[in-house]
Amino acid sequence: MGSIYLTNKKNVWCPGCGNFAILNALIKALERLNLKPESVVLVSGIGCHGRINQYVNVNSIHVIHGRVLPVATGIKISNNRLTVIGHAGDGDAYAIGLGHLPHAARRNVDLTYIIHNNMIFGLTTGQVTPTTPKGMRTRSTPYGNIENPLNPLLLALVSGATFVARGFAGDIKHLIYLFEEGIKHKGFAFIDVLQPCVTFYNTYSYFRERVYRLEETDYDYTSFKKAIAKATEWGERIPIGIFYKIRRETFEEQLFQLKDKPLVQQEIRINLEKVYKILS
Amino acid sequence: MSCKSNRNGERRMSVKSRRIGLNGDTAVAYAAKQANVDVISAYPITPQTIMVEKLAEYVNNGELDAVFIPVESEHTALSAAVGASLAGARVFTATASQGLALMYEILWIAAGLRTTVVMALGNRAFSPNINIHCSHDDLYAVRDTGWIELIAENVQEAYDLTLQAFKISEDKKVLFPSTISLDGFILTHSLEALYVIDDAYVENFLPPKDPVYPIDPNNPITYGPLDLQDYYIEHKKLQDYHFENSYPRILEIFQEYSEFTGRTYKPIKTYGLDDAEVAIMILGSSAGTARFVAKKLREKGQKVGVISLTLYRPFPVDKIKEATKGLKALAIMDRSLSFGSPGAQLYMDVASALVNEREKPLLFNVIYGLGGRDLTPDQVEYVFKKAQEYAKEGEVKELKLWVGVRE
Ligand SMILES: Cc1ncc(C[n+]2csc(CCOP(=O)(O)OP(=O)(O)O)c2C)c(N)n1
Ligand SMILES: [Mg+2]
Repeated sequence: MGSIYLTNKKNVWCPGCGNFAILNALIKALERLNLKPESVVLVSGIGCHGRINQYVNVNSIHVIHGRVLPVATGIKISNNRLTVIGHAGDGDAYAIGLGHLPHAARRNVDLTYIIHNNMIFGLTTGQVTPTTPKGMRTRSTPYGNIENPLNPLLLALVSGATFVARGFAGDIKHLIYLFEEGIKHKGFAFIDVLQPCVTFYNTYSYFRERVYRLEETDYDYTSFKKAIAKATEWGERIPIGIFYKIRRETFEEQLFQLKDKPLVQQEIRINLEKVYKILS
Repeated sequence: MSCKSNRNGERRMSVKSRRIGLNGDTAVAYAAKQANVDVISAYPITPQTIMVEKLAEYVNNGELDAVFIPVESEHTALSAAVGASLAGARVFTATASQGLALMYEILWIAAGLRTTVVMALGNRAFSPNINIHCSHDDLYAVRDTGWIELIAENVQEAYDLTLQAFKISEDKKVLFPSTISLDGFILTHSLEALYVIDDAYVENFLPPKDPVYPIDPNNPITYGPLDLQDYYIEHKKLQDYHFENSYPRILEIFQEYSEFTGRTYKPIKTYGLDDAEVAIMILGSSAGTARFVAKKLREKGQKVGVISLTLYRPFPVDKIKEATKGLKALAIMDRSLSFGSPGAQLYMDVASALVNEREKPLLFNVIYGLGGRDLTPDQVEYVFKKAQEYAKEGEVKELKLWVGVRE
């Protein structure tokens, strides 16, 4: 494809995997934003989605399962001039690592958090996750899932996320737009992407028949109340787009330590002479 | 089928068995099903996942009357297991590598509260960098926490040890949780023919759990309350005392199972040690490779032997002292690292077990197989050669050797 943002690493995702759309949309969004590859850090979790860090030619770190947000937060606070983008699976983000989501949202660190939500554990070959629909047969629920699925958008909203969106891997144009807006957004940008898993849960036609773009309606994303109502719409019609977007001071903007420059560019202001004197 | 005698022809089997083909994961799941567990709580992780899926299937198709909780993390898996065990249930869980690491704080709770949780470990290397293959990092990470640790060398042992683990943990003279380790992929995913006991006979060895101090609304008690300078140390001394005292009981249960099935279980296995001058000590599936090489070398007249452990915690100190008597050099092989320590974990265990012996072999540590790297017969032969060299010179030239590594 020949983008400066792409590595030449051989891709091992299944042919037709929804991850390709997410990868391509990210590359296009980075191109449009014209970000220097060295100024971007991609943090990815463990799962099929986590492989994305090998295909995008930016700084990247493959963290342990579920810990994308804490690592991304640490990076952003140490060097707030970097653009930090987290990629997590639904297992990563909503099962083992769920505890971090509400806190990142209320803290409002300037990160983009993209969830590859295939509603299944892909890499461990098809077990139930917190977004697997009720009744669905998986390898760990062979006679049907008896648990209610989580509504991640509602959770992000009530936790205080300042940018909440949903995309669909079958609508790449729209996905590029969401990623671009999410990365541009100052604050915690949460983007849940409906991602068909062709091997364990192929939802292409299911979602294609149902999704509609909020941007093609007269929806107003500045209203929290409307966002909450929209986030509960799920069934015959499934909205995709920006559900909520407001500007609130970020965590970093409130840190006096970062007023002049990022932490990593600051000198260590310790008078070592004095310290030695005290110690001696 | 019913067997008249075991391989050594010592005893008659008192049970009916069948020979079937299973991989390590399904053999463990099969044993947990036969143990008639009440609660299974687990989170998938390679190479353990098949166990969990198999058990989910047994529960869902009605073969096993149990509750399967597909929890959201390993921390939850073990926490739920602790709760269920205290409530009186027979509980099983399984994990590997990072999953075990995430369980770490609950490992201590499960042991300190004297639960009887049984957990299988499909041994896998710790990150970074991410690797799904065999190291013994996870089994060693359990060693200080107060769990009984059993190690399988093949699929038959993985099955047998799982059944024995329930019996051991729930025994009134033990009451500690157990792990069964089986090498990731090498055993978890390898199909082997094994004997499984007919369902009707399992209960003869493993009756239903008879819980001690289960949660009882009519007689409420508190588990794990604040315990400061005034009593904490006495409680820990008591826990340590009971853990050490579980050892003789574990040996009895091994013996009982051996008689029951005709397959011999002992805390350590020795090969060629009657006259061996040098030996290798090793854990897990590689013990077979070591014995294969030892056999070849012995046929050429070389006095070499192999020691492997079935019981890792409590550490069978007496048996190790006995087995190493008369050896001139012993290579202790670890499939792991303990950064900055005098050697890796098994090396440290053995060195401290033998430290006050008047007569003891020269010891050295060999690191092998990290992240699933194969241990080849050539490498084992090299280790024996080194041991012979050190024995001859009466000195260990290099305390830590690596085999199978690119320079
Ligand atoms: C602590 C821990 N537990 C379990 C695993 C095993 N594991 C690897 S990937 C994965 C699930 C991945 O699912 P998801 O996050 O949805 O990503 P996907 O593969 O679907 O992209 C699990 C359970 C692990 N690596 N670490
Ligand atoms: Mg997933």
